[in-house]
Amino acid sequence: MTSKIKRGVSLYSFQEEMFLGKMTVEDCVAFGAQIGAPGIEILPEQNMPTFPNISDAQVGEWRDMLARHGAHFTCYDMFLDTKRRKDRLMTDEEQVESIHRDLILCNRLGIRNMRILIFVRPDILEKCVPMAEKLDVHMGVEVHAPWHLEHAWILRTIEVADRLGTKHLGILPDMGIFMKHYPPAFRARFERQGARPEVCDFIVEQHEQKVMCEYTIFEVAVKMQGNKAEVAMAETLRHAPYANPKRIGDYAPYFRHIQAKFYEMNEDCTDPAIAYDEVIPALVKAGWEGTLSSEYEGNRWIQDVHEVDSREQVRRQHVMFERLIAQAEAA
Amino acid sequence: MFDKYTIDPATVANTGPADAPTGFSFTTKLGYYRGLGLSMIEDLKVSIDGEALPREAITFDEGEGPLTLDEMETAFDRRWPFGAPATIHVALPGGFPAGEHKLSLQQRLRISYMPFPSFNNDEKVISL
Repeated sequence: MTSKIKRGVSLYSFQEEMFLGKMTVEDCVAFGAQIGAPGIEILPEQNMPTFPNISDAQVGEWRDMLARHGAHFTCYDMFLDTKRRKDRLMTDEEQVESIHRDLILCNRLGIRNMRILIFVRPDILEKCVPMAEKLDVHMGVEVHAPWHLEHAWILRTIEVADRLGTKHLGILPDMGIFMKHYPPAFRARFERQGARPEVCDFIVEQHEQKVMCEYTIFEVAVKMQGNKAEVAMAETLRHAPYANPKRIGDYAPYFRHIQAKFYEMNEDCTDPAIAYDEVIPALVKAGWEGTLSSEYEGNRWIQDVHEVDSREQVRRQHVMFERLIAQAEAA
Repeated sequence: MFDKYTIDPATVANTGPADAPTGFSFTTKLGYYRGLGLSMIEDLKVSIDGEALPREAITFDEGEGPLTLDEMETAFDRRWPFGAPATIHVALPGGFPAGEHKLSLQQRLRISYMPFPSFNNDEKVISL
């Protein structure tokens, strides 16, 4: 079966180099196109310094720049500053207005997928559906760890989408929810901060056995009298779920874009933590047609000891995607 | 996620008359992966050798003119873009002390999707 899965990169992946002025947005776009991942996911609040004031000329410059590299936009990552004011939260009307502002800019950029932050209330999104339908933008609620595909909060969005019968509200999974193994990059950082190897072994093994995190945190913090780094490492287990990849097919109708989160790739282009070898066959089997958009988030785990090379990490992930997609197609 | 890059140590300099400095300034970047409205920068705590300088002594300028931290709370039309340098000025008679001293900065941010404030901490050894 030939798959229609497309490949792309989120500019989030290159945050280290962009922050330090070592890469421009155009460098990131050019790199994605060069490795066969021409779908570009942007964070306007990161990548557009004049946000939210974007002129038609700027929109044109962005679109021309992508076209120059044979790239195209895939997704717009929105934010919602409900705590913009110190004295009170945004009212519901203000929240809807802010999301409308993003939907309009998304549409002006010619983008048809918008990543909705997971904390946005489903009833607020319901109020935004008419605008999303009018502008033909799919609002996908980011399914991010520690939530997962079947978390009750996520099911509320699915329920709203079903009730309205709309194609413009759904989800947008972040692959961090499929953390089958504890990331070695996390462990190494905690060891550098003073976590003892035997305690790290214990935490990794507890995760491997899928023991519910609170047992491990209590063991480390109280029974083992863990130090600060050890307790912090145990607490990361609160955000390390391994959702069942076999359920992907059930939810595939609700998503058109994936944030392909990863923390560090092995030199042989395998991922030591996220179960892409189970996720990709499930996507191919479901006949899913969206974009796998790289979201490298390893910089913060290694920048204390060596220079971050986001390009090499993203390149390795795409070598893995090509291989896994081809294998699944052949199966 | 960018804590260690938030103070640019090469930019620390005294301000005011060279023989009688009235304060010091340095360049900082927002230690966050996107830009943020100034009203959500809750605090910029500057310390020398572990001792915090008064909040009232600090001003911030992302390029649109200096503001006190209290003024920033309602600066709804101003943003600190991602990766963009801004200037922190601290009023301190005599300026930054001579010799080797630790300069630390803590940025406290109000990130709407997080249940608690976000802190970015940096410390650099400065010798003026």
